[in-house]
Amino acid sequence: MFASVGRYVLNVLNEVGGSADMLRSCVFWLWRSKFEWRQTVEQSVNIGVNSFGVTALTSLFTGMVLALQAGNTIGSIFGDPIFVGTLVTFSLVRELGPVLTSVVVSGRAGAAVTAQIGTMAVTEQIDALYTLGTNPIRYLVIPRMVAFVCTLPVLTLFSNLFGVIGGYLVSVYALNVPGEVYLTDITSFVDIEDFMHGFIKTFFFALMIGTVCCYKGISTRGGAEGVGKSTTGAVVTTIVLILVLDYFLTAILTAFGI
Amino acid sequence: MIEIKHLQKTFGEKHVLKDVNLNIPKGKTTCILGGSGSGKSTLIKCLIGLLEVSGGQILVDGRDITKITSEVKLAALRRRFGYLFQEGALFDSMSVGQNVTFGLKYLTDVPEKDYPKIIKEKLALVGLREDVAKLNPSELSGGMKKRVSLARVLAVEPEVILYDEPTTGLDPIMSDIISDLIIDLKAKLGVTSIVITHDMHSAFKIADYIAFLYEGNILLYGTPEDFRKTDNPYVKQFVTGSSHGPIQMKLMKE
Ligand SMILES: Nc1ncnc2c1ncn2[C@@H]1O[C@H](COP(=O)(O)OP(=O)(O)O)[C@@H](O)[C@H]1O
Ligand SMILES: [Mg+2]
Repeated sequence: MFASVGRYVLNVLNEVGGSADMLRSCVFWLWRSKFEWRQTVEQSVNIGVNSFGVTALTSLFTGMVLALQAGNTIGSIFGDPIFVGTLVTFSLVRELGPVLTSVVVSGRAGAAVTAQIGTMAVTEQIDALYTLGTNPIRYLVIPRMVAFVCTLPVLTLFSNLFGVIGGYLVSVYALNVPGEVYLTDITSFVDIEDFMHGFIKTFFFALMIGTVCCYKGISTRGGAEGVGKSTTGAVVTTIVLILVLDYFLTAILTAFGI
Repeated sequence: MIEIKHLQKTFGEKHVLKDVNLNIPKGKTTCILGGSGSGKSTLIKCLIGLLEVSGGQILVDGRDITKITSEVKLAALRRRFGYLFQEGALFDSMSVGQNVTFGLKYLTDVPEKDYPKIIKEKLALVGLREDVAKLNPSELSGGMKKRVSLARVLAVEPEVILYDEPTTGLDPIMSDIISDLIIDLKAKLGVTSIVITHDMHSAFKIADYIAFLYEGNILLYGTPEDFRKTDNPYVKQFVTGSSHGPIQMKLMKE
């Protein structure tokens, strides 16, 4: 029992150390070599296109359900569904937009990254990169990291937008709130700090997803089974870390008044 | 040109290489024989710094490469070596042509307009036609994969080529074609070759020298003739490919 807990903790520490090491070589190579533009653009398109449909759909329905719940609850207390737009937008831009988008992106694009790099690792393609004069950190990891950091915030912007639209549809057509009221509820109570609060988080989420998924990929051993293991491992780890990180980022950002 | 002295490599508790001593002469073909899992791949991965050694020295032209820690210097060293991976390790997101020229971009100053010429030339060297260049690695047979992979190695014109089981998994005829190719390349380009194999037929055909790796040590080193005549029961069993002999008894004791 204690032994297995100990082994688990050691394992986790080992992985954290490995990831930190990888991040360090990312920084090392970022300044010391030609930047792989083509790879980066390719990966950004991959991640963006891969995830856009799913994130749009999830956030649309999240906005809809938020509006429905808010409308019903507020309606039963105050007799009228007031401030629905405020509630929906507030929850979306501060929390649900960034968190849900990150979760979806890690399940969709993050898993693909781990599986691809993992397959390259077990078929010796990573070793082949080394022998052909290319550092895999520079060639594989940095482009994907940059791609995550560039696309996740943009995807989150769209998620916020689709969520607000979903809320609008439910407010207007199911709760009979006039469209103008829904919109003024947003513009008069949600301000730029609320938006920034969520937007800043996405950069940290992106960096974390990139690090975990690339590291899990690079450290894959043991054939097809190993690729499967590291892919599920990467997704589970990122989803848990998104939620954990979200709490601490919220605490820190609010301490700074954002 | 390469001297391996008291080389050790351990993975965790497992001592894969215990005390390997071996000289690789320039311009010759040295075969390393050994059973599956005996550490042959590990040995040549140490040679080009893909794996960190646990002890001992590897001297290349008198310089100990295990002491090199700078990534840049290590890259300069790797430039002199070509590595033919066991399964080919072709990049599956690229065409055959892009695979062949991949190393040129990072290791040489060859301008991109010369790439088509090089692709044609190197594919011809391994006996493949130019139109293979447009295919994807997934469309190739095992033997073609190995040849394309070899063309990729040759494109950067290494001084030393490390072959990791070049004939494993191929039919006897294709194996022999690959063996001929190795002999051919030595004659044409004068490269130093290190060939890992457990294919005795191929080893006797291509080798100038053979080393037998067993339980982390070099059990016997010599010419193919020495190996044919040896009295060493371990080597004899391996050479004749018999299931009866000391090697199996060792396996059962474990
Ligand atoms: N990266 C690694 N981590 C742990 N063990 C390894 C690693 N690479 C190889 N080994 C172990 O070392 C031994 C020798 O492997 P290898 O050199 O691939 O043998 P072969 O002679 O078949 O090429 C095997 O038992 C293998 O399990
Ligand atoms: Mg091997």
